[in-house]
Amino acid sequence: MTSRSRIALGLGVFFLLGAYPVWNGLASSADPERPELARAVDSAGATGCIEDTTWMKANHQKLLNEWRTSVVRDGQRTWVSSTGTSWDMSLTGTCLKCHANTETFCTRCHDYADVQPTCWNCHVVPEGGQSEGGQSHE
Amino acid sequence: MNVLISLLLVAGLFAVGMFGPGVTPAWVFAVALPYAAVTLFVVGLAIRVMGWAGVPVPFRIPTTCGQQKSLPWIRQQRLENPSRKIHVLGRMALEILFFRSLARNTRTELRKDRGLVYGTDLSLWAGAMAMHWALAVVLLRHLRLFTEPVPAFVTFTEKLDGFLEIGLPVINVSSVVFLCALLYLLYRRLAHAHVRYISLPEDYFALFLLLGIAGSGIWMRHLSHTDIAGVKELAISLVHFSPTVPVGIEPLFYGHLFLVCVLLVYFPLGKLAHAPGVFLSPTRNMANNNRAVRYVNPWDYPVKVHTYEEYEDEFREKMIAAGLPVDEE
Ligand code: HEC
Ligand code: HEC
Ligand code: HEC
Repeated sequence: MTSRSRIALGLGVFFLLGAYPVWNGLASSADPERPELARAVDSAGATGCIEDTTWMKANHQKLLNEWRTSVVRDGQRTWVSSTGTSWDMSLTGTCLKCHANTETFCTRCHDYADVQPTCWNCHVVPEGGQSEGGQSHE
Repeated sequence: MNVLISLLLVAGLFAVGMFGPGVTPAWVFAVALPYAAVTLFVVGLAIRVMGWAGVPVPFRIPTTCGQQKSLPWIRQQRLENPSRKIHVLGRMALEILFFRSLARNTRTELRKDRGLVYGTDLSLWAGAMAMHWALAVVLLRHLRLFTEPVPAFVTFTEKLDGFLEIGLPVINVSSVVFLCALLYLLYRRLAHAHVRYISLPEDYFALFLLLGIAGSGIWMRHLSHTDIAGVKELAISLVHFSPTVPVGIEPLFYGHLFLVCVLLVYFPLGKLAHAPGVFLSPTRNMANNNRAVRYVNPWDYPVKVHTYEEYEDEFREKMIAAGLPVDEE
């Protein structure tokens, strides 16, 4: 083999490795679309999240972090949204009251984005959330 | 001046990426430019590298800095002065993975009390190692946006990278190291007069480009967030060749993406092509076995020779007639 063809081969191998996401996508049968999320449970007849949905998609982890700091460090438990509604700053008590089906909501989206929050090591998931999710989670 | 030009250039490009999507159809910055950039990257790199591959190497020209293979009782320094393929492989691996040549960097200083002094200077090596390895980890982590389901090694890398568990989302070690290393490499060019003297606009451009990409990425993760699921939707649709552009992705993301596109296009054109180049450095990737193995210069054309046997065949009768000795009667 001449050095020219050896170099071409090396370059080809590099490009093949770089195209990993492409052939991984061809090989995998998983749905690459954004996952379908469970609707929030409208116990209080809620039509929207505590803040604008688009903002929540991007910033909910920041909000939770602020809540946590505020509760654990400052003992301040009430939060007022931009629309003036007051909410109890609680992961289980507030978020999961509406989003009770965590498996098909939080976890489904987190699996897609490959984030594994450690919150559930300590915080409880309301009954029904886990089991209901367990059934519908492929 | 060099610094300012490059800084303004990168800032301008970033602004194009940030505000461009606002005035063009969504597919221009989200789909067309990334595809074009990857194509130019592949074609550009192939042309550049195959161009190098076409250059003939007339001699074996390894750089040597150690005892070469000699008598059996003299210890050879195999990595410094390789004589076999396997030694060369070792030397290349150390060069590519650990930048061994950079570790040889020395600094010369004129001191009042001691005159001219030389010393080992590992700061460039350390900065380069930190930058490149952190970049590798960052690239690996980004695979989470291009694969579904995400392979275990990507998740593992993310976990390892975020082991400090500081902040929410957790701060990745590689982000911090990458940013600090880049800032050090920039500082080095700016602070030392002699390095500044030999620095070209391109040197700063590469640094500012990487800084812009890293800065916008970190900013997006920790300060002003965007819908990551939407970003993944876009990224994965691009690698599945069925592009969809989700709504509601922040302009900051498009600034980040556009700088990445610029990097991809620029990569094969400029100094960053040292990445494939290091594999092709003849002074590093050849064995020092000139006296043991014949090396054929590719420039050699077939020389027409006239052997003594042919000479004798031609002049045999005349030679015998003249009484000259011949090998064959
Ligand atoms: C009052 C009930 C309610 C509470 C409390 C609530 N949500 Fe929501 N949330 C909703 C509804 C309803 C939607 C869907 C809105 C829509 O479709 O436009 C939603 C949407 C979201 C979304 C976007 C999902 C998507 O479509 O991609 C996220 C993320 C989210 N919520 C997180 C949270 C978090 C985190 C908390 C706690 C801090 C929280 N929510 C508290 C009702 C609630
Ligand atoms: C080591 C266990 C532990 C982990 C892990 C943990 N928390 Fe907490 N969290 C606590 C404790 C204890 C409190 C205090 C509860 C109280 O005072 O009511 C708390 C309080 C909170 C509160 C306010 C009070 C409430 O009822 O929710 C929020 C919000 C919160 N945590 C969010 C999070 C988030 C988000 C995560 C994941 C990133 C997380 N926590 C992970 C133990 C934990
Ligand atoms: C639309 C998709 C989506 C939904 C729905 C969603 N999340 Fe998230 N969440 C994300 C993404 C993406 C991140 C990572 C953000 C980043 O890396 O910048 C994240 C991060 C987090 C984090 C920070 C963890 C970390 O390690 O980065 C917490 C805590 C969190 N989400 C809680 C929740 C809770 C609780 C719910 C359900 C009430 C929820 N999320 C629903 C997409 C979602």
